[in-house]
Amino acid sequence: MNAPNSFRTGPDDNGHFGLFGGRFVAETLMPLILDLETAYNEAKADPAYKAEMDAGLKHYVGRPSPLYYAERLTEYLRAGAAPGMGAKIYFKREELNHTGSHKVNNVLGQILLARRMGKKRIIAETGAGQHGVATATLCARYGLECVVYMGAVDVARQAPNVFRMKMLGASVVPVQSGSKTLKDAMNEALRDWVTNVSDTFYCIGTVAGPHPYPAMVRDFQSIIGTETREQMLEMEGRLPDSLIACIGGGSNAMGLFHPFLDDPSVQIFGVEAAGHGIPSGQHAASLTGGRPGVLHGNRTYLLMDGDGQIAEAHSISAGLDYPGIGPEHSWLHDTGRATYISATDDEALAAFQLVAKLEGIIPALEPAHALAKVADLAPTLPEDHLMVVNLSGRGDKDIPQVADILGTSL
Amino acid sequence: MSTRIETRFRACAAEGRAALVTFVTAGDPDFDTSLALLKALPAAGADIIEFGVPFTDPMADGPAIQAAGLRALAAGQTLAKTLAMVKTFRAGDDTTPVVLMGYYNPVYVYGVERFLADAKAAGVDGLVVVDLPPEEDNELCLPALAAGLDFIRLATPTTDDKRLPAVLKHTAGFVYYVSITGITGMAQADPTAVGTAVTRIKRHTALPVAVGFGVKTPESAAAIAANADGVVVGSALIDALRATLDSEDRATPATLPAVTDLVSRLAEAVRGVRRQAAE
Ligand SMILES: Cc1ncc(COP(=O)(O)O)c(C=O)c1O
Repeated sequence: MNAPNSFRTGPDDNGHFGLFGGRFVAETLMPLILDLETAYNEAKADPAYKAEMDAGLKHYVGRPSPLYYAERLTEYLRAGAAPGMGAKIYFKREELNHTGSHKVNNVLGQILLARRMGKKRIIAETGAGQHGVATATLCARYGLECVVYMGAVDVARQAPNVFRMKMLGASVVPVQSGSKTLKDAMNEALRDWVTNVSDTFYCIGTVAGPHPYPAMVRDFQSIIGTETREQMLEMEGRLPDSLIACIGGGSNAMGLFHPFLDDPSVQIFGVEAAGHGIPSGQHAASLTGGRPGVLHGNRTYLLMDGDGQIAEAHSISAGLDYPGIGPEHSWLHDTGRATYISATDDEALAAFQLVAKLEGIIPALEPAHALAKVADLAPTLPEDHLMVVNLSGRGDKDIPQVADILGTSL
Repeated sequence: MSTRIETRFRACAAEGRAALVTFVTAGDPDFDTSLALLKALPAAGADIIEFGVPFTDPMADGPAIQAAGLRALAAGQTLAKTLAMVKTFRAGDDTTPVVLMGYYNPVYVYGVERFLADAKAAGVDGLVVVDLPPEEDNELCLPALAAGLDFIRLATPTTDDKRLPAVLKHTAGFVYYVSITGITGMAQADPTAVGTAVTRIKRHTALPVAVGFGVKTPESAAAIAANADGVVVGSALIDALRATLDSEDRATPATLPAVTDLVSRLAEAVRGVRRQAAE
């Protein structure tokens, strides 16, 4: 594929990133996503909307999030590297945001948009529960009704977040269909939206779904990369050499990557969940182990069988347990602008513990996948290499699950 | 030459009645039972057959059709087998239209050109693909029309007069009006609102309009039939089928008759109603 002049101009008017993206939805939803697109374009051009966003990000979310030099992790990895090797590692601290992850950046944008559109009822899908918590939080803040769809398997493994959502006044609907995880929660949210078209706003939690969601969610999350750029210039006087982030649907990764796509010196790594290992077939690595197909409103790489039936993904992390990936990542993969690698459940679990002990930061299991690959990559890179990893969320929600895996009863 | 779909709607109109369109899922609960059912539907009173192509993630379907698809997949149904069933059916019935209904991914993965050639050769007359709105016409709609297959579009309560022309533009065979905002098998259609909607759609097209998604009983089929060219019944047939399965979701001797009995009662109800709407 020929490299385009810019990687930052997509999607086209029909929501395509090359082959990927689009608007593959039932006719009932078409008028709604067209309305959403119009409303979003108007909001983007309105200084009042931007002012409201900026104020919310600063005073409610707590931005900017710090860019932090992870000195002990850097030194630990250098100790195992050849002389002169071992990249300098920075964490982008999205786990310090209100509600504990990057998800809130996007939810703030969508909820302010829903208010402009006069919608009173908000629905969302959630995997790890972080998007559900962020949505429940902003619905509480703005007095909106909130219904969160969550796979029954995830309800069981992310119990703290289920309780948080309920405390915040949301109703959580455990989804019993299909594989009972994130993809099924998304199906059920789409079914709700088709049914309640007049008053409901669907707040999608990642850079997936039909156009304009992938572009809109990316725009809201791009604050991560925009801040990183400024902070790195201030701290090191130059751009980072590499970026690395975990990928469920791909929103924290796209938020970090997008502002750097046209800086060829910046290497970009996305880390998918390899579950029990790619050869086992039990994983959630759509780019590494999937093929292009159509699901949830867009064309993208999907895990599926030879007959186009969607496969069940597997990951230790509920937030990465999705058989697809945002369409813009599929395009970055095919154009070669970004490199997609994967980390297994065991590697993520080891990184989770390592970073807790070395840095005093308990990461969520999702970014623990990115941290696992930092541990692989950093020792192969020179000491003056600046690497930024997106610490997309904190691990509080994972404590009961990890305790269980490590054989500790709480 | 007229297509089977045109001929059938014309024949029903000549009788002064609506067509009964029946939906069952291909391969539910297994290949042999499903094929036997497919063959038995015309004699039971189905005028047009919608054959559901199973998909793991049917986002416009309610629990009944979701479960039917999963039963079929568990029994080994594939798109190739679905096409083979239609071919077998066609060998014994050259007049009853068969429309495949489903989602795009299985077709996309099969390969659009190969699918259209195989579907045409098997004797498929039309396609309803839920997740392909007019905005994605280049994917399958236009190639299907070129291959001589009708692309039957869904119009819904959210399709306003401004959007309707775009929805109807490349629609062929008939228009499928989704009588409710929602998924299959849940809400009950309101016959008065449906009548108004059908009249509205007919202002924009000469094609027959069939109504589905909220029709469950012979009574509701009759009420809708008064104001439409066709009535589609799906979830109710699937529910009747499911109720006869054993504890491991296998067919029993009651399975086939349960579905054909309901089809007969629906057909009787639809045939008992004279069309009111002016052509
Ligand atoms: C902390 C955290 N990171 C990452 C993800 C994965 O989502 P995405 O790939 O959209 O960033 C989740 C999803 O739940 C999450 O909670």
